[in-house]
Amino acid sequence: MTLSLGVKKFIDTALYVFLMLMGAVSIFVTFAIVWVLLIDTIRFFTHPDGGGFPTSLIRFFTETQWTPTFYDKQIGIWPLLNGTLMIAFISMLVSIPLGIIIAIYLSEYASWKVRETVKPWLDFLEAVPTVVYGYFALLFITPILQKFFSPFGIYMEGMNALSPGIVIGIMILPFTASMIEDAFKGVPQYLREASYSLGASKLRTALFVVLPAAKSGVLSAYLLGFSRAIGETMVVAVAAGMYPQITANPLEPIQTVTGYIVQVALGDLPFGSFEYLSIFAAGFMLFVITLVLNSIAVYLKSKAVGY
Amino acid sequence: MEVREELEVRLREFDAEGYTKSVRRKDKLFEVLGIVATLFILLFLFAIALDLLIDGWHRIKDPKFYTSYPSRFPEEAGILSSWVGTVYVMLGAIFWAVVLGIPAGIYLEEYGGKGRIARIIEANISNLAAVPSIVYGLLALGIFVYRFEFGESVLTAGLTLGLLMLPVVVVSTREAIRRIPRSIREAAYALGATRWETLFHHILPYSLGGILTGLIIAASRAIGETAPLITVGALTFIAFLPPAPWEDFVGMLKSPFTVLPIQMFNWVSRPQEEFHYNAAAAGFVLLVIALLMNSVAFYLRFKVRRKYQW
Repeated sequence: MTLSLGVKKFIDTALYVFLMLMGAVSIFVTFAIVWVLLIDTIRFFTHPDGGGFPTSLIRFFTETQWTPTFYDKQIGIWPLLNGTLMIAFISMLVSIPLGIIIAIYLSEYASWKVRETVKPWLDFLEAVPTVVYGYFALLFITPILQKFFSPFGIYMEGMNALSPGIVIGIMILPFTASMIEDAFKGVPQYLREASYSLGASKLRTALFVVLPAAKSGVLSAYLLGFSRAIGETMVVAVAAGMYPQITANPLEPIQTVTGYIVQVALGDLPFGSFEYLSIFAAGFMLFVITLVLNSIAVYLKSKAVGY
Repeated sequence: MEVREELEVRLREFDAEGYTKSVRRKDKLFEVLGIVATLFILLFLFAIALDLLIDGWHRIKDPKFYTSYPSRFPEEAGILSSWVGTVYVMLGAIFWAVVLGIPAGIYLEEYGGKGRIARIIEANISNLAAVPSIVYGLLALGIFVYRFEFGESVLTAGLTLGLLMLPVVVVSTREAIRRIPRSIREAAYALGATRWETLFHHILPYSLGGILTGLIIAASRAIGETAPLITVGALTFIAFLPPAPWEDFVGMLKSPFTVLPIQMFNWVSRPQEEFHYNAAAAGFVLLVIALLMNSVAFYLRFKVRRKYQW
């Protein structure tokens, strides 16, 4: 089929415009997210049930209980943040040491063959549905932990922060480890060779040459992992309970920001009601926190030393 | 002189062999630690699969489990409505991911270059990739369900998961296209091809395998997504199927739905232990689907690597 030059040029321009528009859709999506979260958060803070603006905003940051669905409405965000941060910190306790060990092993020690065998399985771990991890936390890890703690006379609730925290830590590991590994890959081979030629062992090279050279990449990997742990929803919805409280005890039931959204969304939501608006306010908090963490991570990565 | 003598003494006394040995031992120790940590993670995966298999075995092997609707009685409950729902929702999600994601990837890699618009879109997509999935659920609830009035339907769910898949599809499309050397394009241009001809005759066919791999990986992650569908109101007790698309396409799109992970979540949250067995069985089905999709993606990637070695 032969087309005239004019038609060809027209198709060229049309295709260009079409592709650009499709690319721009992602920007619309971002705007839509920000818009919908912002507008409903504003409506939340001006809703009479919360006391109207600015009372509601003060209550949001000063009250110590979160009960927007009760008759007696309290709207202090701290219990939810407490739960979210506790889960995220527990998961980081698991994923920080394991992530660096696995990344160093895979990038500096393991043979090509081992790496090629292990990586697809790590990728597969990322595709395991989060609700399956939740099931595992609730019905496998929790009973084991309960058995572990009971000889010490410590009672652990069936719903608690510890077991979903551990499971999330392992869940984000493949992601963290592969990002750290990428950072290690960016360290040029000649640095390693220089270190070896001075007689350093593999471990010394990894810890004192490769790791410092890749430190901003490693940090950004951990920050992104932390942000994932904060946004993780199903594991906590299944295994962490539905009890928003301010506590430092990981053996008690808690509720996270994401867990709250799930709890309310499971019920019937009249459009525009106070409960409906409250999940957008909670979601807005979540969005802002993860956005800040991601931005720092991206900034750190961009500052990574180029060799 | 004294310093020199002291140094000589210390040098003579220095146990070089022992030192080397201890360094080697530490090195070996760390390697073992690395192997143990990696095995631990793989063991964790294995434990999950085994736990689901054991808990759900008598439901997994029961053919009625796949052909019955959910029920109040755990022994009679099945996953018919949820797996059919999963198929419909995923077809929708893949459609949107293809329509929106692949063109965006092509634009960024082939046309955008280092221009300003391309840079903004790029930064934006990497931001979207890190947005928690439940926030997509809120977007869907606030915009698709109530403001566009799509309702709590298959259409809304497909669109939501499609948007969730978008960043992965865009990135993998770009990577697949980037692997094609410049010389191919220049050869096409030299023969007088326009950009779209180069794109359709060369770039797309050569990168198709890579794009498909990314699409399958994205889909395998989206299929297990639960949180964003809870907020758009996926029901957990659906004792009917959406109308078949070849009979009533709009009716199918507008139909209420449930999907496998939601059904599983519903069964896990119940206090009766019998329902937990159902949950385990549903989870195992999900796991198998994810494994199959990942294997296909892995195989495709392998084939592509072998076929095109530039």
